[in-house]
Amino acid sequence: MAATALDKKQIRIATRNCGFIDPECIDSYIGIRGYEGLGQVLTMAQADVVDLIKRSGLRGRGGGGFPTGVKWGIALSNKADQKYMVCNADEGDPGAFMDRAVLEGDPHSVVEAMAIGGYAIGATRGAVYIRAEYPLAIKRLKKAIDDARSYGLLGKNIMGSGFDFDIEIKYGAGAFVCGEETALIRSMEGQRGEPVSKPPFPAESGYWKKPTIVNNVETFANVPAIIIKGADWFSSIGTATSKGTKVFALAGKITNVGLVEVPMGTTLREVIFDIGGGCPDGKAFKAVQTGGPSGGALSHKDLDVKIDYESLIARKSMMGSGGMVVMDEDDCMVSVAKFFLDFTMDETCGKCTPCRIGSKRLYEILEKITQGRGTREDLSRLQTLCVNIKDTALCGLGQTMPNPILSTMDTFADEYAAHVDDKKCPAHVCTSMLTFSIDPAKCTGCTLCTKVCPVECISGTKKLPHVLDASKCIKCGSCYDKCKFDAIIKQ
Amino acid sequence: MPTIKSLDELKAKRQDILEREKAKLDKVVINVSLATCSIAAGGNLALEIMKEEVAQNGLTNVEFMQSGCMTYCFAEPTVEITLPGKAPVLFCGVDAAKAKELITEYVIKGEAVEGIIPVNYERVVL
Repeated sequence: MAATALDKKQIRIATRNCGFIDPECIDSYIGIRGYEGLGQVLTMAQADVVDLIKRSGLRGRGGGGFPTGVKWGIALSNKADQKYMVCNADEGDPGAFMDRAVLEGDPHSVVEAMAIGGYAIGATRGAVYIRAEYPLAIKRLKKAIDDARSYGLLGKNIMGSGFDFDIEIKYGAGAFVCGEETALIRSMEGQRGEPVSKPPFPAESGYWKKPTIVNNVETFANVPAIIIKGADWFSSIGTATSKGTKVFALAGKITNVGLVEVPMGTTLREVIFDIGGGCPDGKAFKAVQTGGPSGGALSHKDLDVKIDYESLIARKSMMGSGGMVVMDEDDCMVSVAKFFLDFTMDETCGKCTPCRIGSKRLYEILEKITQGRGTREDLSRLQTLCVNIKDTALCGLGQTMPNPILSTMDTFADEYAAHVDDKKCPAHVCTSMLTFSIDPAKCTGCTLCTKVCPVECISGTKKLPHVLDASKCIKCGSCYDKCKFDAIIKQ
Repeated sequence: MPTIKSLDELKAKRQDILEREKAKLDKVVINVSLATCSIAAGGNLALEIMKEEVAQNGLTNVEFMQSGCMTYCFAEPTVEITLPGKAPVLFCGVDAAKAKELITEYVIKGEAVEGIIPVNYERVVL
């Protein structure tokens, strides 16, 4: 059992109630001053609420990092007969699950924050866009909305203030691009989930062409705490440009897989080693991917980077929604880049050419490299294509899609070089470049490998060293996995 | 249900709730993490077994509650037990055998059970 014996490096604001209250019981939430923030806000002027959020320094936790108060201010200043407050719960990054945790553990804080935001911008209607793959989160959110309604904390004339606000749930079908706000809005309108060019921004013209604010689940979860504890309290936590905390989903080759919430400015080293316990089985840390398929890989050289929006972008990665996938010495960075490209290639909506066709071409070049057929020219083509896609794609998905390739090419240039120049995969992952053989000094002749080899390319007499016929070997690795004596050599 | 018509009414409601929750101070509170992932890891099974064990031992001062994600994916299922007058203790990897042990050893005898996760965060309380 890996003990997380450490100073309290974590501060839980967005996840303050997860694991402490009964998410299906509104009284449990009211008992910890739930909806008091909303009650306070309803006695304030709208502009003062916007100003309070501005002063807190809260920025969008979905990844973009746009100042939440500024966004609300734009919607407030746009006059319209109807405005909308939307919660983006279309969490789709591989390895990210913080929004689900918040919705399953503390749905009322999101409901309360949406009402606060609604009041601030002058919206009477709200919607949560949530992926249908989150049934428990949907069930608890639904119950939270129903209970809030029956207490009069949603609906007409909330707490006698004259303010009306209600929330409906909209289901997403799991398309990654629908996390992009303009695609999300189109999907909510019943159209294809495809982005449109900005401007106009949704805060000016969004859902049904009305001013619309789209905020992420985690952004909302911070709001009630900011209202009650004040903007100064919130802005006292974090770095000069990034205030408060960020929730990360630690996954991959990490001992303590789980959610962590740390103040902005915490180093990657503290998150991965002090809290996460480092890589399991004594393996060496190699890289960490932040920002999911839109982010980049950071190496051991970047471990002392203080996490905030700007410092991660300076290192060619990004904050993203908070997925943190850790890789160890057994991971091939070209294959990792290929994995993320495979994801974005699948998820591109196909509307713009750079993303639709560019992703396919990028993937093909990466496949060529991992199969040992790559050349130096391929590397420069890869680089050029990446830059062109970044410059020309329509939305955030396409513009950030090349990031995993660019950052791994930059940080792990030697690994790309080994693939194209020496036709070797240093991490022994790209099987087409591997050769398998048997170490006669270690082989005991147990015959186990002959039983698992699907092409019967291993032969020998019982209790005597065996031989592997490399010309027949399909490099599946079954013998390597099965051998108990480390006698199979993979190089 | 009567609706809450002002901030004062909300605050009064909160006082009622806190009053009601005071009754729990004399009880053993067993909080089982039941998010999607905790359920997949066997959280519901742990809850059932502990309930059975409580019934079999005729314990009447135990209250069960569910909560969401406790953030320790590597240690699921997780169960937090608060004995009267004591600080909450979080137990990890609560399989069928551990669930039984938590009741017979920790709840009934107050004896230590292995697999405790120390508190490694500061929780912001409003």
